[in-house]
Amino acid sequence: MPTFLREVHMKRHNLLDILFRNITRLSAFTVLVLLVAIMVSLIIGSLPSIKAFGFRFLTSAEWNPVMDEFGALVPIVGTLVTSTIALLIAIPVSFGIALFLTELSPRWLRRPLGIAIELLAGIPSIIYGMWGLFVFAPLFAEYVQPWLIEKLGPLPIFGPLFQGIPMGIGVFTAGIILAIMVIPFIASVMRDVFEVVPTLLKESAYGLGATTWEVMWHVVLPYTKIGVAGGIMLGLGRALGETMAVTFVIGNAHELSASLLMPGNSISSALANEFNEAVGKLYTSALVELGLILFLITFIVLSLARYMLYMLTKREGSTT
Amino acid sequence: MLTLYARRRLINAIGLGISALAMLFGLIWLGWILWTLLANGLPQLSMAVLTQMTPPPNSTGGLLNAIAGSLMMTFLAALIGTPIGILAGTYLAEFGQRGWLAPTTRFINDVLLSAPSIVIGLFIYEMYVIKIGHFSGWAGALALSILVIPIVIRTTENMLRLVPNTLREAAAALGAPQWKVINLVTLRAARAGIITGVLLAVARISGETAPLLFTSLNNQFWSSDMNQPMANLPVVIFQFAMSPYQDWQSLAWAGALLITFSVLSLNIMARVLFRQKSTTY
Repeated sequence: MPTFLREVHMKRHNLLDILFRNITRLSAFTVLVLLVAIMVSLIIGSLPSIKAFGFRFLTSAEWNPVMDEFGALVPIVGTLVTSTIALLIAIPVSFGIALFLTELSPRWLRRPLGIAIELLAGIPSIIYGMWGLFVFAPLFAEYVQPWLIEKLGPLPIFGPLFQGIPMGIGVFTAGIILAIMVIPFIASVMRDVFEVVPTLLKESAYGLGATTWEVMWHVVLPYTKIGVAGGIMLGLGRALGETMAVTFVIGNAHELSASLLMPGNSISSALANEFNEAVGKLYTSALVELGLILFLITFIVLSLARYMLYMLTKREGSTT
Repeated sequence: MLTLYARRRLINAIGLGISALAMLFGLIWLGWILWTLLANGLPQLSMAVLTQMTPPPNSTGGLLNAIAGSLMMTFLAALIGTPIGILAGTYLAEFGQRGWLAPTTRFINDVLLSAPSIVIGLFIYEMYVIKIGHFSGWAGALALSILVIPIVIRTTENMLRLVPNTLREAAAALGAPQWKVINLVTLRAARAGIITGVLLAVARISGETAPLLFTSLNNQFWSSDMNQPMANLPVVIFQFAMSPYQDWQSLAWAGALLITFSVLSLNIMARVLFRQKSTTY
C-alpha cells in the first residue's frame, strides 16, 4: 500500500475512534441529563404548590380538593409506616433465605431455589395488588385481624396500633404485601454479599469448632455488615416507591389514624388514584410536589444503599 | 441445666430450622400467587380474550386492543432504550477508567435502576403530555424506555467486564482500531449477556402499570395511532379489577394470568440463555 493511502486509512480510523468514543460518552451523559431533567421538571411542576403552602405542606394533614387546601402529612406517614412494617418482616425472612441458600441448601437445589426467589421479584406489582385485594385481604380480615384486635388491642402502649374493625384492607395489609415484594431484593443482595466472604475465614471458624449458626452470626455477618445494610436500604427504596400493590390494598383514606388496621394512604397510591382526576392547577401541583418528595426520599435512601454496597466491594478488592 | 455444648447445638438447630422456614415462607407466597392466577384466570381464557376488544361494563369481550397496545409500546420502548443503554454501558466498561463521568454515571444509573416508576410517569407527563395536550402511546413508550435504559446499561457493563482482556489485546495487536475491537470483538463476545439484559428489561416493563397511568392512559377501542391514548394490558387490568362489574373482573384475571406468565417466561428465558449470574436489583 502506498504511504499516502496508509495515512488516509489511519486518519479515517482515528476519526472513527473519536466518533465512536464520543457517541458512547454522549449516551452515558444522557443518564445524568435524565436525572437533572426529572428533578427540574418535578420542581417546576410543584412550584404553584410550593408557593401556596411552603413548609406547611409537609406538616399539614389537611387534604381538601374542594377548598384547595393540601398537606402531605398523611401520605408521607403512610409511605413511611408501610415501608417500616415491610422491612420489619422482610429483614429476618431475607436473612433466613440467604443463610439457607449459602450454607444449608444442597448444591443442586441452590440454583432452582435462587431462581424461584428471583421470580417472586419478577411478578408485576399489579398482580400483587389484585392478589392482595381479592385473596389475601379477605382471609386476613376473617382469621388474623380479629385475633390481633382481641389479643393485642387491649395492651398498653402497643394496643392502639391494633384497634378497630377487621376490614382486611389497610396500612398493615399494605405493609405485609410490600414485605413479600421486597424479600427477593434483600435476600438476593444478602446472598451475594455472603458469598464474597473468603472461605478461609469461614473454615477457620469451623475449625475452631463453631456451629454453622455461630459462623453466620460471628464471622459472616460482621464481615458483610455494610453490604447487608446496603441490601436493606435497597429494599427500603423499593418499598417506598412501590405503587400498584399498595394502591389496591391501603384503602386510600386521607386520614391519620393510630391504628395500623385502618385504611390510610401513601404518596404513590395518592398519585395513582388522584392524578388523572385532579382538576385545578393547585391540586395537580400538590400531587406533583408529592412525587417530588417521594423522588427525593428514595434518591437519598438508594444513594446510601449504593454507597454501602460500593464500600463492601472496595474492601473485598483490597483484601483479596 | 444444659451444658454449654448442648446449648450451642440447640441454638444452632433452632437458627437453621428458622432459616429453612424462611425459605419455605418465601416459596409459599410464590406458589400461592401463581395458584390464584391459574385458578381465577384459566377459566376465563378463551379465544374471545385474544380476538375481541375490551367491552363496556356488563358485556363480554376480550383484551385484543390492550394486548396489541402493550406489545407496541413495549417494543418501541425497547427500541429507544436499548441502543442508548448498550452505548452507555460500553462507555462505562471500555472508556470509563479515567475522569469523573464514568463513576458518576455508574452511581446515578444504579440509583435510577430502582427509582419509583410512578415518578418517571410524572416526569413524562410534565415534559411531554402537557406540551402536546393529551395522553398518547408515544408518551407511554417514552416512559417505559426510561425504565429500560438503566437495566441495559447495568447488564451491558457487567457483561463487557467479563470479556477477558487478552481478547482485546489480541485484536489490538492485529492492528484493529479501538472501534473495531469493541464492535467486532468485545461486544460480540458479550452478546448473549447483553441480550439477557434486554430480555430482563422487557420483562420488567411489560408488567409496569404506574408509569403508564399518566402517559398512555387507556383506550377502549382499537388504536394503532401512537399519538392517541393507547390501551395497554396493565392499566386495563387495574381499571377492570377495581371496577364493580363481574365481566370486567373476570377479564382482569385473564389479563393478569397472561401478563404474569409472559413476564415469568421472559425471566426464565433470559436465565436459560445466559447461565452466568446477572444482577438486576
